[in-house]
Amino acid sequence: MRFLSEALESLWIAWDAIRANKLRAGLTTLGIIIGIVTVTLMGTAIQGLRRSFTQSISMLGTDNLYVQRFDWFINSREQWMEQNRRRSINVAQFREFERQMVGALAVAPEAETFQPVRREKRNASSVRVVGTTEQFLLTAGLTVAQGRFLTREEARGGRPVCVLGASVADSLFLHGSPLGQRVHLGGRPFEVVGVLDRLGEFLGAFNLDNQVMIPLEQFRTTFWHDPDLTIQVKAGAVERLDEVREEVRGLMRKIRRVRPGQPDDFAINQQDQFLKTFNRVIGTIASVGLFITGLSLFVGGIGIMNIMFVSVAERTKEIGIRKAIGAKRRAILLQFLIEAAAICLFGGLIGLAIAWPVTLLLQRVMPATMSPLIVSVAIGVSLLTGVVAGFLPAWRAARLNPVDALRNE
Amino acid sequence: MSLIRLEQISRRYEMGSETIHALREVSLTVDRAEYLAIMGPSGSGKSTLMNLIGCLDSPTSGKYELNGVDVSDMDDNDLAEVRNKEIGFVFQTFNLLPRASALHNVELPLIYAGIPAGERRQVAIEALRNVGLADRMTHKPNEMSGGQRQRVAVARALVNRPSILLADEPTGNLDSKTGAEIMELFETLAAAGHTIIVVTHEEDVAKHARRVVRIRDGLIASDERVSR
Ligand SMILES: Nc1ncnc2c1ncn2[C@@H]1O[C@H](COP(=O)(O)OP(=O)(O)OP(=O)(O)O)[C@@H](O)[C@H]1O
Ligand SMILES: [Mg+2]
Repeated sequence: MRFLSEALESLWIAWDAIRANKLRAGLTTLGIIIGIVTVTLMGTAIQGLRRSFTQSISMLGTDNLYVQRFDWFINSREQWMEQNRRRSINVAQFREFERQMVGALAVAPEAETFQPVRREKRNASSVRVVGTTEQFLLTAGLTVAQGRFLTREEARGGRPVCVLGASVADSLFLHGSPLGQRVHLGGRPFEVVGVLDRLGEFLGAFNLDNQVMIPLEQFRTTFWHDPDLTIQVKAGAVERLDEVREEVRGLMRKIRRVRPGQPDDFAINQQDQFLKTFNRVIGTIASVGLFITGLSLFVGGIGIMNIMFVSVAERTKEIGIRKAIGAKRRAILLQFLIEAAAICLFGGLIGLAIAWPVTLLLQRVMPATMSPLIVSVAIGVSLLTGVVAGFLPAWRAARLNPVDALRNE
Repeated sequence: MSLIRLEQISRRYEMGSETIHALREVSLTVDRAEYLAIMGPSGSGKSTLMNLIGCLDSPTSGKYELNGVDVSDMDDNDLAEVRNKEIGFVFQTFNLLPRASALHNVELPLIYAGIPAGERRQVAIEALRNVGLADRMTHKPNEMSGGQRQRVAVARALVNRPSILLADEPTGNLDSKTGAEIMELFETLAAAGHTIIVVTHEEDVAKHARRVVRIRDGLIASDERVSR
């Protein structure tokens, strides 16, 4: 009860003191403002980046493995040279792999090339053409909007059929359903049996709807007889990923006749490699931001401390009066701590008010929103700065001898 | 039991190599409902004695019992509590908070006593009414005359129903007419049973009191009761 009335009195004093010295309080908060603006924008940007990133990589599948010649992230020139010398993963190896692999939910090959797709006079240039099997629907987590995906028989036999990505379908077929129609790939006609659901962009750069899927055998006869394959393996559950990965590794080594003791001559990529790299980048951005924030909060905090020492000196008489009347050390300490915290909070709110329109600008490039979490962190940080910076002056005020303080003019 | 019992109280100040004896082994007892004046030349130790009695300061040696409680060795916080409950101060320069209204100034001791807001307001209004300032509650100190300010200070001093009202030169900054008004107010308070100690060097002020203690060079020179 007493604490409450003291705290309320402190709030009143703080409000009054700030009102009496608006300009001074305003100038003092500059460091705090800059700190809070950085911390807010950093947080917002990181959250935005993370959100768009997770959206993008979710299509890679958390339980997917990608068996390829190259690692997704190559760290050195030597590594690149080494991987460049590796043999490609050919169709025979894939067949063998598909036949022997038991632990996976689905296994699909992926051969790719970028080609124009024509229909009558219309033309879609540089479309990603994927040669694969019916399993690709599962491994790539695709859904069909119209018609159907490739069947097992089509994948085996190599009848010239294709499944269009949404953008390709849009640009080639302005009116009417594409199903049953013909498009030309590499000069040969393919019948459209299905259109995929819209997928959007990958990492804001690559349009996932600009693809066409055809049977692997058709890919081989039309474009490239001996393509370098990616083998997509879907484990079925994240918990099984490590186990499946071991099986994949053993099987590939056997198929590619890697001698014991020799390193793998292939790469097994998975989504969390993206995540790791991303987190590393984000970590760098965050630490730079944290440094700027810390620095400006430090400078701001020194400013607050300075102004609080001035405030204590100016109000020595008031402190004496309050102590004579019965204010304990705690009450005086609280009074100045709350004043410092209030000044910083004021700076924090200005910082948030500045950061808010900037966030709206950020929204043009990423899904950035100023989340309640970030707002409360910003407020918490400014309050904390106030309390830390105000402590020394407040402590000095609290320990003043009442007789000396009263004599002060 | 005496309200105030000072036993061989000394207060020394160390100024570099020099020691200033502001009070030298002073003994004094004051009973409840006494009206006492402390007189003496400038620098004789009046204020020092007042500050000790008011628990603003602690003696260098000696023992001080207030209301039967030994307060000579209490720490800062305990003394604050004693001041809040037992002592009401009236200063020469009023010592009101300049930016707070009369009412808020009077509420302050109640705030530090932890009285809830509603009750606090009631009690403070009552205290202001008792000193004749019912119509000045919302005024700031600089919107009031010296006499009015000193009344606010008296109201603030009395609002917590203290055992002692301590006044250090309460009329020092007032003209003689307003000073007389304040002394009249003290008179009524004394008649109502308050214990009052006034420090002054004006004989006019001292003659209101029932007992006059004169000090010189940190020693009690005389202590006489005035029969009226
Ligand atoms: N904080 C202090 N440090 C050093 N000496 C002090 C201090 N306070 C008081 N003194 C000395 O103690 C002595 C008594 O001072 P005190 O203030 O009690 O006098 P006083 O009787 O109230 O005088 P006045 O009538 O002028 O107010 C003086 O010599 C003064 O210089
Ligand atoms: Mg004095």
